[in-house]
Amino acid sequence: MTTVDMTPVTDKGTPTNPRRRVYRPNAKYIPIIATLSLLAIMYSSGVANYENFGDPSVFVNLFRDNAVLLVVAVGMTFVILTGGIDLSVGAVISLTTVLTATLLKGGWPPLVVLPAVLILGALIGAGQGAVIHFFKVEPFIATLAGLFLARGTALTINQQSIPIRDDMWKAISEYRIVLAEGVVTKPIAIVAMLAVLIAAVTLAWTRFGRNVYAIGGNADSALLMGLPVGRTKIAVYTLSGFCAALGGVLFSINSTSGWALQGNGLELDAIAACVIGGVLLTGGSGYVWGTLLGVLVTGLIQTIINFQGDLNSAWTRIIVGVLLFAFIVLQRLVTRKAR
Amino acid sequence: MGEQSPVLEMTGIRKVFPGVVALDGVDFRMFPGEVHALMGENGAGKSTLIKTLTGVYEIDGGEIKLGGVPVRISGPLQAQQAGVSTVYQEVNLCTNLSVAENIFIGREPRRFGKIQWGRMRRRAAELLARLDLDLDVSAPLSSYSLAIQQMVAIARAIDVEARVLILDEPTSSLDASEVEQLFRVMRQLKESGVAILFVSHFLDQIYEVSDRLTVLRNGQLISEHRVEELSQVQLVEKMIGKELAALEDLEDKAQRNRERAAEAKPILEARGLGRTGAIAPYDLTIHEGEVVGLAGLLGSGRTELARLLFGADKADHGELAVAGKPVNLRNPQVAMRQGIAFSSENRRTEGIIGDLTVRENIILALQAARGWTRPIPRKKQDEIVDKYIKALQIRPADPERPVRNLSGGNQQKVLLARWLITEPRLLIIDEPTRGIDVGAKAEIQKLVAELSDGGMAVLFVSAELEEVLRLSHKIAVLRDRRLVEELENTAGVDADRIMQTIASGATS
Repeated sequence: MTTVDMTPVTDKGTPTNPRRRVYRPNAKYIPIIATLSLLAIMYSSGVANYENFGDPSVFVNLFRDNAVLLVVAVGMTFVILTGGIDLSVGAVISLTTVLTATLLKGGWPPLVVLPAVLILGALIGAGQGAVIHFFKVEPFIATLAGLFLARGTALTINQQSIPIRDDMWKAISEYRIVLAEGVVTKPIAIVAMLAVLIAAVTLAWTRFGRNVYAIGGNADSALLMGLPVGRTKIAVYTLSGFCAALGGVLFSINSTSGWALQGNGLELDAIAACVIGGVLLTGGSGYVWGTLLGVLVTGLIQTIINFQGDLNSAWTRIIVGVLLFAFIVLQRLVTRKAR
Repeated sequence: MGEQSPVLEMTGIRKVFPGVVALDGVDFRMFPGEVHALMGENGAGKSTLIKTLTGVYEIDGGEIKLGGVPVRISGPLQAQQAGVSTVYQEVNLCTNLSVAENIFIGREPRRFGKIQWGRMRRRAAELLARLDLDLDVSAPLSSYSLAIQQMVAIARAIDVEARVLILDEPTSSLDASEVEQLFRVMRQLKESGVAILFVSHFLDQIYEVSDRLTVLRNGQLISEHRVEELSQVQLVEKMIGKELAALEDLEDKAQRNRERAAEAKPILEARGLGRTGAIAPYDLTIHEGEVVGLAGLLGSGRTELARLLFGADKADHGELAVAGKPVNLRNPQVAMRQGIAFSSENRRTEGIIGDLTVRENIILALQAARGWTRPIPRKKQDEIVDKYIKALQIRPADPERPVRNLSGGNQQKVLLARWLITEPRLLIIDEPTRGIDVGAKAEIQKLVAELSDGGMAVLFVSAELEEVLRLSHKIAVLRDRRLVEELENTAGVDADRIMQTIASGATS
């Protein structure tokens, strides 16, 4: 048998490649820095090229115009961080708006309607999460089924656009918050930013938030480390369903109407915003701040096209497509380096 | 250590899987402050026993006592709460999270529900310092080597106040100095009273660090010893066991062919072929009609050696010649074109496609060799398949039956048939007889002998020494990922002789 050399090895703890320690922690911020730079470049080129683009209200209005997308994308961020996907959110929005409008028309008190539709959205999400966890169904398929169910239900209730005449809804819709001289915003923008803030705190500072990252990093390991994988998974879909319903409520406030074709394809916009904001589709990496930046980027594209005036708004889609592609490739490069 | 009472006592543990008794009344005990090695060849029941202890499997019979109290372990979390922590071979942590988080996730220090990152990082650094590690605990785990990740996993495990720490092949991907570091940590933990269950395929490591060992074979307890009471040779004997050879005169056949084989042309010559971390550089020559057996314990590098010869892994040094011409086996397709076939050890995951029929499985490799643009006519397929079903006595003899409905032995034959119809010059078979019954084993061995009579060279990889001895003209012995000895299978060579080499590594 060999004798054992007991000389202590002192510096074995340092990584073999000293460069790594400097480089690695930054790697996870690269996508978000890229998105931030992109946003800055787009904004300054807008200011340079168009009159009045520099007006603060242009930027502030981004939050108002994209409040629904932002809220939905926040929920989507949680789902994608676990490595899942939620395709049902657009349909849940339409169901929420239709249901809200129908119930209010039927004379339900608004303070009952509001919690009712939010709970319904959360329940739809929880149901999908349960199917995904207990029956090991792919999130793509489970939430696709949810999409059809929700959209179909909305269409069954009413195919027409239903106007909302409720006083509370109208009051909120018409309320303006003055941020500064000449800069006003709507309550829905505030709600959206609150959602971002709460999500950011949850992800960074709570066990639930860290479990979300752990599951996205390696679900099998998370299970072996004794983390509540099933509970967390169901929770993120519940959260996403809730956010979608909240988005639907914001939508109904903004347009004071409910329509079954509202929010069509919004789930894809939300996914795109997450990806552009650097949330890794395979899970485990990304920040809700990135998602916020992603939403602002898509919003800013739309604004620039509006300012340009002679471009079809379909160009928004084309540019978003190009950006998506670029960011997916960027993500791939970053994760490959990180290996 | 004295006569303490055991911290863990498992008695009469029984675990049955459909058709297999994986554990048959196994007793196992561990004392506080000892390193206890669990020994046994593949399929002996080691990992099943560990999984019953970590809550991955529930036992079908028997009793588990921790600290004298009977416990029922129904999941990984329950196991941890009961004081059983596990560090798996493939590190089960989340590399996207920081080092500190990996140690504390699920048990983060909190105030008013908010994680206290500063306190968590400090405690992580303290904990790692106890293991003589100085890491940047806020760096993502992925920025550290596998060895460090393993240490982090151990740090996590011991912070749960583990009474029993299971290290399942922790050293298989570590280099020598990293292993030394791990052992230092193990000795420290031992002194603090933790009972460590250690699994490793490296005998030297077992003898270096363990106090006691338990040997399992075929799901049964063979014996428990203090390490100093048992020599390495005795240990190998206990692990492998003496198989009752109720087989025909294959051995004579091997003897008879030996002279001829030695004169035959070499089919394959490897010079200094190796791959870092998988197998040390080796020389090996295989002649026409020769059966070369690869012997060694699991993890000794048998499969790794074979995979280089098929291009399944790329060698990073040395050279290889097939039929006298140097070749570079970049990938398995190149090897197949050179007439080399490889029947994999994992027939379930790498070989057999369960949902395809027997016919489709057999045709697969031939079709791949021809390219998908030239399909084999159905009539030709049927002819070939019928011929091999008869020749190999595949049962049931129904070419249209999905392969997953066949027994293990028959699946193995289908796999062999697949490679045989490509008419290879060299057939590499990795563990063809593992997990199949004695009758099927005999048939497959007979087939190998017939193929060699027909001039085919065969590289036969098997954990069963008796089998290797019976079939091979030449035996290459592996130990710790190194080819340590190559011997002609003459009358003087027997299982003891090979075990000696496996156990000591001595080349005499």
